[in-house]
Amino acid sequence: MGFFEGLLFLIVTVLKVLLIIVPLLLTVAYLTYAERKVIGAIQVRKGPNRVGFAGLLQPIADVLKLLTKEVLVPTNSHRFLFLIAPILSLAPAFAAWAVIPFSDTAVLADVNAGLLYVLALTSLGVYGVIVAGWASNSKYAFLGAMRSAAQIVAYEIAMGFALVGVLMVSGSLNLGDIVRAQEGSIFHWFWLPLFPLFIVYFISGVAETNRAPFDVAEGESEIVAGFHVDYSGMAFALFFLAEYANMIMIAALAVIMFLGGWLSPVPFLPDGMFWFFAKTAFMLFFFLWFRATFPRYRYDQIMRLGWKVFIPVTIVWLTVEAVAILLDIGPWFDIRSA
Amino acid sequence: MDLKLLVFWVFSLVLVGAAVGVITTRNPVQAALFLVLAFFNSAIIWMLMEAEFLAITLVLVYVGAVMVLFLFVVMMLDINLLPMREGFSRHLPIGATIAASVVVLMVLLIRGQFAGSGFEQPLPKPADYSNTEQLGLAIYTDYLFQFEVAAVILLVAIIAAIALTMRRRPDTKYQRPAEQVLVKKEDRLRVVSVNSEDNQDIAAQVAKKPAGTGAVGNGQSAEQGGQS
Repeated sequence: MGFFEGLLFLIVTVLKVLLIIVPLLLTVAYLTYAERKVIGAIQVRKGPNRVGFAGLLQPIADVLKLLTKEVLVPTNSHRFLFLIAPILSLAPAFAAWAVIPFSDTAVLADVNAGLLYVLALTSLGVYGVIVAGWASNSKYAFLGAMRSAAQIVAYEIAMGFALVGVLMVSGSLNLGDIVRAQEGSIFHWFWLPLFPLFIVYFISGVAETNRAPFDVAEGESEIVAGFHVDYSGMAFALFFLAEYANMIMIAALAVIMFLGGWLSPVPFLPDGMFWFFAKTAFMLFFFLWFRATFPRYRYDQIMRLGWKVFIPVTIVWLTVEAVAILLDIGPWFDIRSA
Repeated sequence: MDLKLLVFWVFSLVLVGAAVGVITTRNPVQAALFLVLAFFNSAIIWMLMEAEFLAITLVLVYVGAVMVLFLFVVMMLDINLLPMREGFSRHLPIGATIAASVVVLMVLLIRGQFAGSGFEQPLPKPADYSNTEQLGLAIYTDYLFQFEVAAVILLVAIIAAIALTMRRRPDTKYQRPAEQVLVKKEDRLRVVSVNSEDNQDIAAQVAKKPAGTGAVGNGQSAEQGGQS
């Protein structure tokens, strides 16, 4: 590839990236709206209903408010790290979307090691939190950062093991091929044969994104707001953007790996991108539902759940799965004959 | 110029800069973050060499887990760097000699291997070539024995690390969640019927509560349930 062909390829890719990022940002904005509406309904309130019809312009108003607020940098903070931390948490949250297949053909980068790439990038998000907590030079922020670091390292292991189960039955690290391996109907998707791993993966995902009931890194009632206590304005908004982008990411990954991605649940309906978005929205609803119904976990219980419950569960199920694959039990585990 | 080559130069320059930053910066947290940057850039350079599995694993394992724990520790330590820099000028000649000889050796080796004869520039692999699959095949067929030995050594290291740091104290309190969830209301709570007119003593005790029945936790006599 010559220099100018390369440059042209770069421009086209940037345009494709924008085609993913812009709708993602809009989804994030309206996810905050959906969250407030859903939690409002669960708590018998109305939620936002003033700005625009049924409060539909509320996210826009929030963005405008945050944009016009001043970004304060505390006097004794580490200025450079303090300002780069929100970007450090946002960049991996966006970059991971490069390998997500929205439909059979709609994927930005169809890489072979897609699953590994996603795992690597989701594990990078913790740097934003740690760096923010340390650079703020505040004990509350620092405590939040420490909690988050330990939590993410713990749950990443369970999450990784759950995904090992997926690649054992699909025989591929490529996310598109993982979806294609689930072809058939709703009973061919991996949620059924890998049910324990599905549950472990999704709960670990909630813990990885620091969402309730695992949101001890923020823990308003204990450490004020945790790692982003000193952030204001757009810097603060970037952390929230990253958190919601990660939520959508975890939901999308759960859909790809356990719920058949773009595949239709019944054979007589056509497959398509629509299914992918519908299923992702369905999984996202769980995030909101969890937040409205569960009290916050105590920190030592979070650690216990991660290390002593989830990791053994995944290892046991991987063994079961290995035996099933060895014995060629259909319709899920007969991958060698397929 | 090739775009790939440009990418290589940019990232290798950042890599060298980050590596220099690791040893020159005064702040240990900054040094650790420079190391993260160095890891990241070497992962990108590996990616350019089409070693995608190794590149991603480097980020996943070293950047995503090892360095996080590193930072975790470094942030909590209050290291005074001045004493560590004291003997700098005294040790400089020896250090410089070693560094220079390593550089010379590396240059000699690499030039000897690659420059003159022998190696052609490797052709890019076809799109369906899976680096991960090839590595897996090599590890689990040709090098299975060595691989398993390495795994056992790692296991020994894990057990040794746990055994070395595990300290048992007789007065440590543990939680037993399995027992905690089995606790019934009767284990923790005793409902006392109090007649406010007849028994003045008990009435005085529960004076703040409305007359009739008062729920009193039996702190002293009760089993502490899950605690041991």
